[in-house]
Amino acid sequence: MNNLFVYLEIENGKVEDVSLELLTKGRTLANSLHCNLEAVAAGSQLDEIGAQVFPYGVDVLHLFDDARLYPYTSLPHTSILVKLFEKEKPQIALMGATSIGRDLGPRVSSALFSGLTADCTALEIGDHEEKKEDKTYTNLLYQIRPAFGGNIVATIVNPDNRPQMATVREGVMKKEIFDAAYKGQTVSYKVKDYVSATDFVVDVIERHIEASKVNIKGAPIIVAGGYGMGSKENFRLLHDLANTIGAEVGASRAAVDAGYAEHERQIGQTGVTVRPKLYIACGISGQIQHIAGMQDSSMIIAINSDPNAPINTIADYVITGEVETVIPKMIKYYKKNSK
Amino acid sequence: MSLKIIVLAKQVPDTRNVGKDAMKADGTVNRAALPAIFNPEDLNALEQALRLKDEFPGSTLTLLTMGPPRAADIIREGLFRGADNGYLLTDRVFAGADTLATSYALHEAIKKIGKFDLIISGRQAIDGDTAQVGPQVAEKLGISQITYAEEIRSIKDGKITVKRRLERGVEIVEGKLPLLVTVNGSAPNCRPRNARLIQQYKYAKTASERQTESNDYVNICNTRACINLEEWSAADVNADPKQCGLSGSPTKVKKIENVVFQAKESKTIDSSDLQIEDLIIELITNHTIG
Repeated sequence: MNNLFVYLEIENGKVEDVSLELLTKGRTLANSLHCNLEAVAAGSQLDEIGAQVFPYGVDVLHLFDDARLYPYTSLPHTSILVKLFEKEKPQIALMGATSIGRDLGPRVSSALFSGLTADCTALEIGDHEEKKEDKTYTNLLYQIRPAFGGNIVATIVNPDNRPQMATVREGVMKKEIFDAAYKGQTVSYKVKDYVSATDFVVDVIERHIEASKVNIKGAPIIVAGGYGMGSKENFRLLHDLANTIGAEVGASRAAVDAGYAEHERQIGQTGVTVRPKLYIACGISGQIQHIAGMQDSSMIIAINSDPNAPINTIADYVITGEVETVIPKMIKYYKKNSK
Repeated sequence: MSLKIIVLAKQVPDTRNVGKDAMKADGTVNRAALPAIFNPEDLNALEQALRLKDEFPGSTLTLLTMGPPRAADIIREGLFRGADNGYLLTDRVFAGADTLATSYALHEAIKKIGKFDLIISGRQAIDGDTAQVGPQVAEKLGISQITYAEEIRSIKDGKITVKRRLERGVEIVEGKLPLLVTVNGSAPNCRPRNARLIQQYKYAKTASERQTESNDYVNICNTRACINLEEWSAADVNADPKQCGLSGSPTKVKKIENVVFQAKESKTIDSSDLQIEDLIIELITNHTIG
C-alpha cells in the first residue's frame, strides 16, 4: 500500500524509453520515501516485460494481459488503473506525457478525484505548509513544471488527494539501470475483473507507428536550427554540417511550426530535453522554452546574425554572422583539419 | 441526419508572443501585456465542427466557454465563424480552478445544455499545455474520447471515424457516439469570420456587458433587437460550489519562480575564415568533435 506506481507504455512488446526513464526517477523517489516501486503493464503478450523492467528496480509488476488491450484505447486502460489504484492506494502515480499518458492520466485523475500535473520537468520530495489551515504535510511530491509559455516555473503539490499524479515527457528524466540482477515480484490479474465489455467502444482500425528515425536525445553532438534559418532549404545546411561532424539535427519550436523541420526534432519544453557534449545553435534566438531543453549541454556554440540574441548569454562561443556563411566554413575547415 | 455538437473553447493569453513586458519586476505575469485570444487548437476544433454542420444540414453547433466576463468575446468569435449559439460560464466561485475543477464545472454546464452527439475541443490550451480538461470532461460525463484528432473522417450509423496524429505516426479509429474528440493543431485552420454573421452578431452581448455599455449601445438596442448572450453562474448549472474553483482543485500551486538562466562567460568570434578555423581546430584538439 501507498507505493509509487509507474504506468508502462509498451509498443511491439518493448517498454518505451519514457517509461524506463520514469522507473529510474521513480526508484530514486521510492528510496527517499522508503516505499516500493511498482509498475503496471496492460497489453498483449507481456511475458518479456518483467525482464525489461526489473533491472530498473521494480519491486512489483502488475500484469494485465489480454489481446484486446493492445493497441491502447482509453476506457479499458482507464478502468484497469482506476480499479487497481482504488485497491492499492498508491501515494504517487507517474506516466509519460505522451499521446497515451495524456489521454489516460486525466481520465484516471478525474475518476479518482486526484490531482494531476502535466509535463513536469522535475519531481522532488518535500514538505508543505498550508498556512491558512495551520497544517504541515510531509513527503509530498513536488511537481515542477513550466507555465505561461515557459516564462515561469511552478511547483505544484497535491496535499490531500491520492495518488499524486504527474506526467513527464520523454527525454526529461535520465534512464539508468538500477541493478541488473534486481528481482521483483509479478502479479497477474484476470482482465475481465477489471474491464467490462462496454469499455470497448473505440476500435483502432488502422495504425502506422514508425520507430523514431531521429535520435536527438542520445546524440553527443547536435546541430540545431531556429526560425532564423529562414527556410527549409537552408535547413539542408544543418544536415550537411551534421553529416560532416557526426551530429544529429535538432530544431526550435518556431522552426518546427514554420515547417522547416519534423516535429520529432523539436528541442525545448514542448519537445525533447537534450544534454549533448556539443550544441551548435544556428539562427536560434533563445526563447526560454528552447533554452530550458538544452541548457545542460556541455558546450554551446551560438551562430546568430543578431549580436544581442538571448541565446548568446548561455553560449560558450558566440559567432556573430550569417549562418549561410558560417556553416560552409565550418564544414570546410573541419574537413581540412580532421584526420 | 442532424447532429447536436458542443464545442469547448477557452480564451487564453497569447503566450506565443511573449515580449519583454510580459513579466512584471516582481516576477509575476503581466496579463495585461498579453492579448487575450481564442485558444488556437480550439479554433481547429471549431472548424471540424463547422465541417460536420456543412455536411449534415440541420445540425446545431453550441459553443461553451468558461472564464471571466470578457470571455464573451469567445462566444462572439464563434458566432462570427458559424456557431449557432453559445454559453459563457462565469462566476467568482470558478476562480483558481485547476483542470479537475474546470472539467467539473464544464460537465455540469453540458448536462444543462442537454442531449448531444459529439463534444469537440482543442487538444490543449496554450496557457497551460496540459491537455487534461477534454478527457476529464469526458470521464465525468461517462463517455469515451478520441484525443489527438487531425480529421473527423465520417459519421455514419452512430459511429465516428477519426484520424489521429500521434508522435510517431497516425491511427484511424472508430468510436460509438456520443463521445468527446480533442483536435490537434495539425488539423485544418478555422475558416475566417463571415461578414454577414459579423453584422448579425456584433451587438450580441451578455447581461454583464450590457451593464457597462455606453448610451450608444443602448440607443442601438432601442432601434433593433440585440441578441442576448447567455451567461451562466455556478448556481445556474447546479454546480456544487465546493467542487468549483480553488476549493474543488486537488492541485495547489506551492511556488512560482521566474525563469533565470545562468549566464556564461562567452567568447565572441566573427565569421572570418581565420577565427572559424581556429575554433574548429580547438574543438578537434579537445576531442569535442571528430
